[in-house]
Amino acid sequence: MNAEKTITPKLIVRDLNFYYGKDRALKDINLTIPEKMVTAFIGPSGCGKSTLLRAFNRMYQLYPKQKATGEILLDGENILDKKQDLNTLRAKIGMVFQKPTPFPMSIYDNIAFGAKLYEKFSRHDMDERVEWALKKAALWGEVKDKLKQSGTGLSGGQQQRLCIARAIAVKPQVLLLDEPTSALDPISTAHIEKLIDELKEDFTIVIVTHNMQQAARVSDYTAYMYLGDLIEFGDTSTVFTNPKRKETEDYITGRFG
Amino acid sequence: MLNLYTRRRIINAASLSISVLAMLFGLFWLCWILITLLDHGLPALTPVVFEQMTPPPGSAGGLLNAIAGSLMMTLFGTLIGTPIGILAGTYLAEFGQRGWLAPVTRFINDVLLSAPSIVIGLFVYEVYVVKVKHFSGWAGTLALSILVIPVVIRTTENMLRLVPSTLREAAAALGAPQWKIISFVTLRAARAGIITGVLLAVARISGETAPLLFTALNNQFWSSNMDQPMANLPVVIFQFAMSPYADWQRLAWAGALLITLSVLTLNIVARVLFRQSAANH
Repeated sequence: MNAEKTITPKLIVRDLNFYYGKDRALKDINLTIPEKMVTAFIGPSGCGKSTLLRAFNRMYQLYPKQKATGEILLDGENILDKKQDLNTLRAKIGMVFQKPTPFPMSIYDNIAFGAKLYEKFSRHDMDERVEWALKKAALWGEVKDKLKQSGTGLSGGQQQRLCIARAIAVKPQVLLLDEPTSALDPISTAHIEKLIDELKEDFTIVIVTHNMQQAARVSDYTAYMYLGDLIEFGDTSTVFTNPKRKETEDYITGRFG
Repeated sequence: MLNLYTRRRIINAASLSISVLAMLFGLFWLCWILITLLDHGLPALTPVVFEQMTPPPGSAGGLLNAIAGSLMMTLFGTLIGTPIGILAGTYLAEFGQRGWLAPVTRFINDVLLSAPSIVIGLFVYEVYVVKVKHFSGWAGTLALSILVIPVVIRTTENMLRLVPSTLREAAAALGAPQWKIISFVTLRAARAGIITGVLLAVARISGETAPLLFTALNNQFWSSNMDQPMANLPVVIFQFAMSPYADWQRLAWAGALLITLSVLTLNIVARVLFRQSAANH
């Protein structure tokens, strides 16, 4: 699937440990996320895959009792460093959540909200950016005549694509997807999977999913996690057809989890 | 031994009847109050009520000065209390995760919320009226705004807490600073609920008598000077209803009906607003 691409590391995780209060949720994670490819995190509930994802944009800092130790390098710079400005980090690393989270404002403003945090736009430029993002998210055709309507009035699948458009409107380098289709019907899911395939042209994508078929379909690399450990990491076809570890095989074949 | 299904049916019927009886008991008093009010108030509610000032006993008159005074003091009380309440409620919901200040503030607010309004009246009397040596519309406004603040703080905090944390995370994930998240996303999502809270606070203060008795007192004449004693519906009702004069008593009923109707309207508006916002989510 990715034989032609040269592999450049985008994110490098070194000895990452994560704590919810005193509970250690991630144990010495070491991992390299390749640029402009799709990396999937799979594993049973509570294995730490979402926790790992939320460490990449330091989402955990919203909550007083959570902390991470170790290093996460984005293009060689440690983003866990205290000197790293949170907001600029999050402008570089966008995120889409499990449940669609449209803001209580118009479709247009939903997209403009994030974009205008970091760049100055003329009206015309903003119109173009909104159109660009909505087209990238394959939503433009459905909403182009109702940009002034509320984003909360869209269907679930449309809302999720709106959230993807909102995230890419900021032009991040990395896109984190936290179970982006688990609240959606099969058709919307197919839409979004197709979208992921197109988006990896421009963005490095990390996706957490409960659905192993989905991981197999959309990702180039797969990480299998269990109880806070990274059990196996490799290119998706190897992990799914010829896993090195017995635990991975048990999970993938459905004997466990 | 009855079988399980029959037993459940009996228990179900029994609890349903008890609930209905309790509801009827509550409604009975409410209806009685409303009917009495309409019975005495409606005949007294003539155009003159809105055209003339409160009269001396024995001569014709209306409630114009009291209506105007009540409106002004309620308006200013709400204008002063609402921003403070919304800001403090926002602090409690959005910033109050760490430290001791938020829990302490929340506790004091709860105390203030249930404080008898006469205490607030006495407080303003002591710290303001005594110092400036006269009753005034501003003193009344001050007392009313102190009553507005805790109600608005409580509803603002509750409504912000109802905003799902995923919405906050989504805004934070775009790199928005906290003040932008709060002012453009969470407060906006909670807007209808907060407005409802403000309307309920207005409804509450528009009928308060005790705090005005010690602060605005009353005024027999037209006065729009907030620095002078000011007529207002609750105190007028209090004085007129207690008087031996039939025409004063009639005016008191008219005033009581007016307050009830405006509180009812506010409550209905608040409900409609809240329902609209619930439908949007």
